[in-house]
Amino acid sequence: MSSNDYLKTMGAPSFDELERAGMLPSLADLAGRGCVCVECVEEIPCNPCETSCPQGALVVGYPITNLPVVDRSKCTLCGLCIAACPGLAITIKSVEAGNAKIRFPWEYLPLPAAGDEVEMVDRLGEAVCAGKILSVNSAAKNNRTAVVTAAFPAAFVQQVASIRRKRHGTV
Amino acid sequence: MAKAGPAGLCAAIELKKAGAPVILMDENGAPGGQLFKQIHKFFGSREHKAGIRGFDIGKELLAESIALGIDVRLDTEVVGIERGLKLWAVEKKARSYTEEAAAIVLATGATENALSFPGWTLPGVMTAGCAQTLINVHRVLPGKRVLMIGSGNVGVIVSYQLMQAGAEVVAVLEALPRLGGYGVHTAKVRRAGVPLRCSTTILRAEGKESVERAVIARLDERFQPIPGSEETLEVDTICLAVGLTPAIELSCIAGCSQIYVPELGGNMPIHDEFMRSSVDSVYVVGDLAGIEEASTAMEEGRLAGIHAAHAMGYLDEASMSAKAEETRRRLSALRQGAFGQKRFDAKRRILEKKAAV
Amino acid sequence: MTNEGGNRIERHPILGDASPRKEITLYFEGRAIFAREGEPIMAALVAAGVSVFRYTKKGAPRRMFCGIGRCTDCVMIVDGIPGVRTCVTTAADGMKVERQAGAGRWIVEEENSNG
Ligand SMILES: Cc1cc2nc3c(=O)[nH]c(=O)nc-3n(C[C@H](O)[C@H](O)[C@H](O)COP(=O)(O)OP(=O)(O)OC[C@H]3O[C@@H](n4cnc5c(N)ncnc54)[C@H](O)[C@@H]3O)c2cc1C
Ligand code: SF4
Ligand code: SF4
Ligand code: FES
Repeated sequence: MSSNDYLKTMGAPSFDELERAGMLPSLADLAGRGCVCVECVEEIPCNPCETSCPQGALVVGYPITNLPVVDRSKCTLCGLCIAACPGLAITIKSVEAGNAKIRFPWEYLPLPAAGDEVEMVDRLGEAVCAGKILSVNSAAKNNRTAVVTAAFPAAFVQQVASIRRKRHGTV
Repeated sequence: MAKAGPAGLCAAIELKKAGAPVILMDENGAPGGQLFKQIHKFFGSREHKAGIRGFDIGKELLAESIALGIDVRLDTEVVGIERGLKLWAVEKKARSYTEEAAAIVLATGATENALSFPGWTLPGVMTAGCAQTLINVHRVLPGKRVLMIGSGNVGVIVSYQLMQAGAEVVAVLEALPRLGGYGVHTAKVRRAGVPLRCSTTILRAEGKESVERAVIARLDERFQPIPGSEETLEVDTICLAVGLTPAIELSCIAGCSQIYVPELGGNMPIHDEFMRSSVDSVYVVGDLAGIEEASTAMEEGRLAGIHAAHAMGYLDEASMSAKAEETRRRLSALRQGAFGQKRFDAKRRILEKKAAV
Repeated sequence: MTNEGGNRIERHPILGDASPRKEITLYFEGRAIFAREGEPIMAALVAAGVSVFRYTKKGAPRRMFCGIGRCTDCVMIVDGIPGVRTCVTTAADGMKVERQAGAGRWIVEEENSNG
């Protein structure tokens, strides 16, 4: 059993911890259409990612404390699992021609809008680069978790986790 | 007869479904207990209603209990239980009456622990549950800049919800060297830019008429503040998420034997695998029977409801066992993995003690 | 925006926009404040930015602590009756809410004995 020391002191997993759980995609995985990134490295009793996936590409199995495993060959990158995950632990990332994209879950106000210039942040919430919102999906089936797509420079694809939340009163 | 958090509601639903007459009493003006404060999507699997938000689960359970025609008595506090399952209730703090039952399911939940430090009584210091009630039920913000004490799931979930409500969370402090909550919850809060600080605690809250700042310090291995490590944070609100204790008063009055299980929150009534306490026909479920989660509380409620229905002759042995088995399977699914194992072992100690009595 | 100036959460990413509710008036220390029908007195006071609900015998300020009727931190004099837990008492139109000092006093009694 891994102890996830970084996760349990900093609050977010390190690259090492993700790697050990088989959850750090390689640059090859991210190239082109990209892949689903699941960052759920602890054995918690949870599996909505599995039940939300229409392709059977995301598997937890029994017991439900197993870590989720993605079969990239089955995944169509539909993104349904992003909003289904109560841990908000799933994103889809890709890299094409020097540009990276991330599709991530978002549950704060203000909701970003397509075209917004934003700051991309890493897993610790530190700003890493500038980015731009491409689209925002607040479909009813996502049950109030918006799924946002943003573009940013490819060099930061492994670090980027989300966008900076606008502070109260600075909107 | 039950009491009405998620565990109590589920017990009542199972009883009524089997055809038993049920009365649900709750001292609050609305049933559902803590569920209505919980606006995040739940864990577990589909059969545990995973992915559904807590307050939606609450609404579903309520609708189900209304559809079944359960006699729900709100603003009704149960103040005593006498031998022979006679229950003493007070309605709207005005009228008191007694009610005799063939079985009683106690689901009184838990009380949030306090933490005392100089200044802890200042306006602005409150439990995390208080802040959660204010923002998610009443839709008012108790403050703009919050310090959270405790990194268990309650501390990190309420921190996240405070940000969703528009407040800033300045930091989450944890006295232990490791964070307590699920990694996916801490990661949410962390990537929003909130520092999560282990081996750190609050020394005092300062302010004239209400909290204006908090002085915090790092702790050594013996939990002593390290001199010189003090820092001052400008905050107007300090939330305490330092654990829960089962609300055992009523179970004590009923005469249920208790056991001390620190992993599950302190003293709690012992129970068997059907949630029967040491007193005949008195069941104990949910956080009262050991602090866990809303999802386990609901399954425990069902288990008690199923067994009580059988004991009163509304369910035959075979359907009771089948249903109970099914519920237990769902429960054990929730008690696996590193987090679940500890609770599973603790629960087994409670069962063993009951068997020994 | 969320909460212009005040402490009401008008917009929320999960709960949605606040549904319009009838506004009623409370009198806090004689000052009119708005409450929304059905909410506890505590919520109306927090929305109005009231940070002290009472003073102890020694004069230390208190507000709320548990929010669910367990701790009695939030007790005030409501319509003349001291010791009312404002976190679990629903606000009503025209209600008079005063800070209490120590165990409080029955305002009606006081007036009688003075008069
Ligand atoms: C208001 C409320 C909300 C709830 N929300 C949910 C929910 O959303 N979903 C659900 O399934 N269940 C919920 N429950 C039930 C609850 O999650 C479980 O019962 C849970 O396991 C209890 O964990 P905890 O985080 O409260 O306590 P713990 O896991 O015990 O966490 C307390 C932490 O505080 C730390 N601490 C203690 N003293 C100090 C100190 N002096 N300084 C710094 N840190 C300190 C401890 O080390 C510990 O890590 C809720 C219950 C309540 C009352
Ligand atoms: S993106 Fe769609 S297909 Fe791929 S794992 Fe998620 S739900 Fe399944
Ligand atoms: S739904 Fe999310 S939190 Fe739950 S197991 Fe899947 S990835 Fe982990
Ligand atoms: S705040 Fe605790 S009783 Fe009201």
